[in-house]
Amino acid sequence: MKLRNPTGSIRRRLVVQLGLIAALLSVAFFLAIRVVAEGAATDTQDNILAASATSIAEAVYSDSGEVRLELPYSAITMLSTVSEDRVFYRVLVDGETLTGYDDLTLPQGRRGPAFGTFEYRGEDLRAVRVTRMLSVQDQPRQVEVVVGQTRLGLSAISSRITTNAVAIGTVFFLVATALSFFAAQNAMQPLDHLAQAVARRGPNDLRPVTAATPTELVPLVGGLNGFMGRLRQALTRSEDLITEAAHRVRTPLATVRTQAEVIHRQMKHPSNKKALREMIRAVDESSRSAGQLLDHAMVTFRSDQLETQSISAADLLRDVVDRLQPTAELKDIQVTLDLPPEPVTVQGDAILLQNAVRNVLDNAIKYSPVDSDIAVRLEADTQCRMAFIDQGRGFGQADLAQLTARFSRGSNVDDVVGSGLGLTIADDVARAHGGALEITSNTEGPGACVTLVLPLS
Amino acid sequence: MRHFGFAAFLSLLAVNANALELEESRNYPAEAASSELRILSTADVEVFEPIILAFQSENPGVAVQYDVASSAQVMRGLYEEGVSYDLALSSAMDLQIKLANDGLAQSYSSPATQRLPDWATWHDQVFAFTQEPTVLVISKAAFQNTPVPHSRSALIELLRTRPETFDGKVGTYDVRVSGAGYLFATQDSRNSENFWQLTEVMGRLNARLYCCSGQMIRDVADGTLAVAYNVLGSYAQSQLADNPGIEIVEMDDYVSVMLRSAVIPVTARSVTESGAMIDFLAGLSTRPDLAAQTGLPPVEKLRPDEAPERRPIRLGPGLLVFLDKMRRETFLRSWTSSMEQR
Amino acid sequence: MRFLLVEDNLKLAKALCDRFALEGHVADHAECLSDAETAIRTVAYDMILLDIMLPDGDGREFLRSHRAKDDPTPVIVLTARSEVSDRVGLLDLGADDYITKPFDFSELQARIRAVMRRLGGVANNAKTYGDVVFDSTTGVLVVAGAAEQLRNREMRLLEVFFAAPGQIFSKSHLMDRLFSFSEEVSENAIEVYVGRLRKKLEPSTVAIETVRGLGYRMVLTP
Repeated sequence: MKLRNPTGSIRRRLVVQLGLIAALLSVAFFLAIRVVAEGAATDTQDNILAASATSIAEAVYSDSGEVRLELPYSAITMLSTVSEDRVFYRVLVDGETLTGYDDLTLPQGRRGPAFGTFEYRGEDLRAVRVTRMLSVQDQPRQVEVVVGQTRLGLSAISSRITTNAVAIGTVFFLVATALSFFAAQNAMQPLDHLAQAVARRGPNDLRPVTAATPTELVPLVGGLNGFMGRLRQALTRSEDLITEAAHRVRTPLATVRTQAEVIHRQMKHPSNKKALREMIRAVDESSRSAGQLLDHAMVTFRSDQLETQSISAADLLRDVVDRLQPTAELKDIQVTLDLPPEPVTVQGDAILLQNAVRNVLDNAIKYSPVDSDIAVRLEADTQCRMAFIDQGRGFGQADLAQLTARFSRGSNVDDVVGSGLGLTIADDVARAHGGALEITSNTEGPGACVTLVLPLS
Repeated sequence: MRHFGFAAFLSLLAVNANALELEESRNYPAEAASSELRILSTADVEVFEPIILAFQSENPGVAVQYDVASSAQVMRGLYEEGVSYDLALSSAMDLQIKLANDGLAQSYSSPATQRLPDWATWHDQVFAFTQEPTVLVISKAAFQNTPVPHSRSALIELLRTRPETFDGKVGTYDVRVSGAGYLFATQDSRNSENFWQLTEVMGRLNARLYCCSGQMIRDVADGTLAVAYNVLGSYAQSQLADNPGIEIVEMDDYVSVMLRSAVIPVTARSVTESGAMIDFLAGLSTRPDLAAQTGLPPVEKLRPDEAPERRPIRLGPGLLVFLDKMRRETFLRSWTSSMEQR
Repeated sequence: MRFLLVEDNLKLAKALCDRFALEGHVADHAECLSDAETAIRTVAYDMILLDIMLPDGDGREFLRSHRAKDDPTPVIVLTARSEVSDRVGLLDLGADDYITKPFDFSELQARIRAVMRRLGGVANNAKTYGDVVFDSTTGVLVVAGAAEQLRNREMRLLEVFFAAPGQIFSKSHLMDRLFSFSEEVSENAIEVYVGRLRKKLEPSTVAIETVRGLGYRMVLTP
């Protein structure tokens, strides 16, 4: 029995959510790497720029009232150690350009080295301005040094960092996703075990679930066990009730019937005897109906949850024929059993199949005339076929398909006690086993052939 | 400042509208020329011609205009006057770097340029194609009985101990005039502790100052000079056959290696052809024939253990330092005062 | 034959005992399991008819202990429960057969006979009349040294005659004995079976003769 609308898989939800989290973390991770690394790269460039500018500022000196500068070689080369970036510098004394690129913009800032990024000669420039006071003939002179560098090296570093960050982020994501699969699998394992433990049980196993249960599932399993407990109780109670009811009804019926038989024997007047016979028949009919209704309910119940096992079809037929032989003999009906030499095995519910076969044979005996024959034949080709061929009155003009409908009887059986459920029960059982009940009128001679067809195991 | 050995053949050809002082100019037409490559170069026509012809045989549709000017003129024309050339070839590395650093060069990249060693390119704008060591050129006659110096200290010692032999017979670049000379001198000042000592010694010996390597070599050959310091080895090599009296001495304390480089100016019109020429130049190492004809040693990957004294001058903003107005002033003042002690 | 009927419903028990008496059998009644135990110890019964639901216990327990004691007395269970669910259990516990209440007495008789036949029958149940020997349990008729298996209704009919040779049985009485209540048959149907018996008895000294207006009786022919 499958649930119609499962509301998604917990495992999939877990994986998807963990995957999303991993993706989110990967992106955050990537952004963090970029921000930190680019900050570090910028800081590095700034530091070198500041060092360069400072060393230039330190190289400024005064010579007989003149401010002079011997541009330190290292001040410029330190900027080009890593990258092939363009370098610009400018040295000002009291705002007047002393040397360098006199159109170079001055980054603004109050204290310490002032940094700025701006466009210069067609490219982005990172520049630093360092200020130094120089005393020239007791006059304070302000020396400003600006050193700028294009950012190609930085952007190369940045793109390398980006590539690495993407790679790391992707690897992180993949690893995290794989781990989340694993985690989901792991987390679901107790649930799977529990589900298997429950699914493995037979339909009638209503014992409490004792499989190892994770804490979170304890309420569910508790509920399940409680439910099964109640179900078990309810089933026991209703079984008891049915048993009790059957007992309570059948015993008085038996009493009435037996008393009626006794009285019937002692009566002389034909009309009284006839009335009593009617009564006995009514008793028979009601008890038979009750029995078949119970059988049918049982068949319907068991069909939902088949307890299948391997069954020898020959043994099954022999058993039922043996059981009904005395009934058949009462009417001098010869039941012949025709079994193939090789074993024929079907998969099925033994009780249901026995019930079906008994109902078909019982039906055949019931509707067969005295001194007639019933052939029970087992054949196996691609299917297991159990044929019951009688020499009864057949099914008349009734629609054969209709015969198996509940309470339907042949149109010509008014004088035979029966509830009409026999073939319905057999048909239900056959269908539950993936088979069918075939009803045909005999081609030669009177009677009908009812065949219970079942798949071979 | 007495004797400026200005080139005698210096011809002032005013070809360009911008009144650029060209020393030489030659056209290399092509049959059915589809494009023109105009080169402004510091290398003499005779030196570079084999390369142009070889280039044209590989690129038949390209007519080449080859103009020669001093490196200072090249810089002035491109930097200040904005003259239009498709390619600037110069031995003045510092000026080439300045062109690129200050945004007057175009970027170019190709598989050929990417194969160049790291030290031979800068910023995808400056591409070195030769590595030319500076050497000492001596007159064999003058050194018949004198040990040949192989280091600067040995040279100083020699000049010092034999002033009578060398007075007026020592030549070097006039760094105030020659861009290459300035470059070599500034690199010397960085690399050698006794550069200033050497300058002073040369000043005391009334060193002759030259604008160009060619004249210096000729003067050594004809006996006017006994020693020429900081001569471009490639020139000397090319003159060796014609001037059997000279000898080339490579110092073993260190050798400045100049990189002749190519830059595509922002004013270039035939950028595709410029690129083709740069690729051709970058592949010079595969043409030993051209190296032999021109005497220009192509850029080759250096193995670290090979000639550790050879130091290629590093392409990069460091070269800007000595171009700094004030630094140059200071340097030239010191140099001049050392050179002209009287 | 002597039966022990273990049944707590007194009315049913009474009716069944009466019914057995009508067939010429003796049936003792035990109301509960302990009574039944006592009865078994004192009398040898041909068969026990056992109800399942009894005031002092479950009939199945009795059945189990009965079989454990190796008592060969056959047991037929009278059950008021649904056939399917109990069937296997009852037969496994050692019941020889079972029948669901309410039942047709002739079916009970048929099952008793079937059980007897299966277990080898009641010793010396054969009766002799004239030169005819008839075993009402197996249904074997021996006429002039030739044994013949009678069919069920022939056997039951002959059993009636053999119970009281010479006595006249009315058609109506014979029909009651022969046909079930669910069968709607005419009085002439009895003549078919009488005819068959007559044919089988022909070589013997026994005959069934028609007593006009009264019925039939079994007599010896000279």
